[in-house]
Amino acid sequence: MSTIVIVGAGPAGMRAAEQLVAAGQRPIVIDEGARHGGQIYRQPPAVMRRERSDLYGFEAGRARAVLDRFDELRAQIDYRPETLVWQIEANSLQLLHAGRNRSLRFDALILATGATDRVLPFAGWTLPGVTTLGAAQVALKFQGCLIGPRVVFAGTGPLLYLVAWQVATHGGQVVAVLDTAPAMAKWRAAPRLLARPAVAMKGAYFVARLRAIGVALHSGVTLVGAEGVDRVGALTWRSGGVSHTTACDAIGFGHGLRAETQLADLAGCAFEYREIEQAWMPTRDGAGRSSVRGVYLAGDGAAILGADAAELAGARAALAALEDLGIEGAAPQRATRIERALGAHLRFRRGLETAFAPPASWAADAPDELIVCRCEEVTAGELRACVRDTGARELNRLKALTRIGMGRCQGRMCAPAASRLLAHAAGCELRDVGRLRGQAPIKPVPIAMLHDVAPSTAVPADEDD
Amino acid sequence: MPLLHRIDGVPRERIAFELDGRACTALEGDTVLTAILTQASALRRTEFSGAPRAGFCLMGACQDCWVQLADGERLRACTTSIEPGMRVRTGVAG
Repeated sequence: MSTIVIVGAGPAGMRAAEQLVAAGQRPIVIDEGARHGGQIYRQPPAVMRRERSDLYGFEAGRARAVLDRFDELRAQIDYRPETLVWQIEANSLQLLHAGRNRSLRFDALILATGATDRVLPFAGWTLPGVTTLGAAQVALKFQGCLIGPRVVFAGTGPLLYLVAWQVATHGGQVVAVLDTAPAMAKWRAAPRLLARPAVAMKGAYFVARLRAIGVALHSGVTLVGAEGVDRVGALTWRSGGVSHTTACDAIGFGHGLRAETQLADLAGCAFEYREIEQAWMPTRDGAGRSSVRGVYLAGDGAAILGADAAELAGARAALAALEDLGIEGAAPQRATRIERALGAHLRFRRGLETAFAPPASWAADAPDELIVCRCEEVTAGELRACVRDTGARELNRLKALTRIGMGRCQGRMCAPAASRLLAHAAGCELRDVGRLRGQAPIKPVPIAMLHDVAPSTAVPADEDD
Repeated sequence: MPLLHRIDGVPRERIAFELDGRACTALEGDTVLTAILTQASALRRTEFSGAPRAGFCLMGACQDCWVQLADGERLRACTTSIEPGMRVRTGVAG
């Protein structure tokens, strides 16, 4: 039997596993989480015994379907939770689990690595109490906590209104929802959003309900900064030239999603600049094949299309892997059906990009003292001075010179902001500044683990000794 | 004042741990981050400016929530479960 490895147990990874099991395979599913579900269907620890209808709202049916299906198939899946893939080399993965390392060879690899919030920061964003929108959701779904009693949600994207509504219905006081995208943009986007009418209706429902319970909703705002000494106490923002300060205990913010592409990079996948994501993304064909033979890409880690599309893309990538390995069960009709369904998701996604575009003037507006890299505390002014003094025009060069993106998060939080600042300062397009190269280990790993690393991947011994 | 506020009413086992030398209680199922931030407002200070930090993404990506234990071990608070007797040092007290 072939060794088919899936990285990620979110919607894409779970459906890929299902498709492989249906073809008689026993896939290996590796996931950093303690339980399957990914971020969107993140499950709380079992001891919390929470109802799925409470956790996932409108999506409870979908969540239940995909989570239960994975549970049913568990005996036929080699499922390895709480395991980090930190390196890929020559058809071999390096895995860290419970402080120990081991390597794993694969015949086919499906990367379903997901996404995090895309963050374009404002002054004070490093204060305790300021989190991503995703974090506000994780706190609620995974830990049964609100990020604060009085919360402002800010930035843009469909998640903005969804998270605000979830927090409001779980006892949080949502003081305001501040959307950096203008209200008109939603109307312009309407024709494309109707590619998925039910989803568009849900979005409209959250907005209407928030308004009905008296939450202040503002569009077309500019986020100026979070105020506070040791924790956040207010958010200052501008609208129509007027400055406002809203008192709060917590702020959740984000500007859409940013794909986790480090493993695709380490696997050697080719990347292309994609306008819809405003980012360099790994290339793939309609089936999810990357530029590297035997490596497949699915879900938000490959293209930001959301959870429902991720389920389809995961199944489609699995079919492609089966076909390429010459295994029966590739089901060409099903593949065609899935690709057709994905088309509606792509139209809808273009609508979302119109409705919730990240602020185009963000780089121009960012003050010099703004911390861009929260790991290394590198400011916008330092980046601008570097571009001015050295002529740096490429992101990895800027990293070498300023340490931007060199900290523990490896640019996950700062890259969208740093690349925009670089492009603006250098007077070029976002695509021209390139992307931060992925580096192993893709997340911090304990040095003690290197005892376990096979000699071929360990630091070579000095042969003169 | 704590940063995180619990909404979950399901009774759970209590877990005793130590936060900056003070005896504290968390609940079974809590991460180290939840255990700390339901009674404090920060996890650590940064190595550069010394500013307090309390995590940011809560999904293991931003690496903002690494905390140190009394024995020197470092762990990522948002993805590690609290364990009985854990002795956490945030260095933020005061």
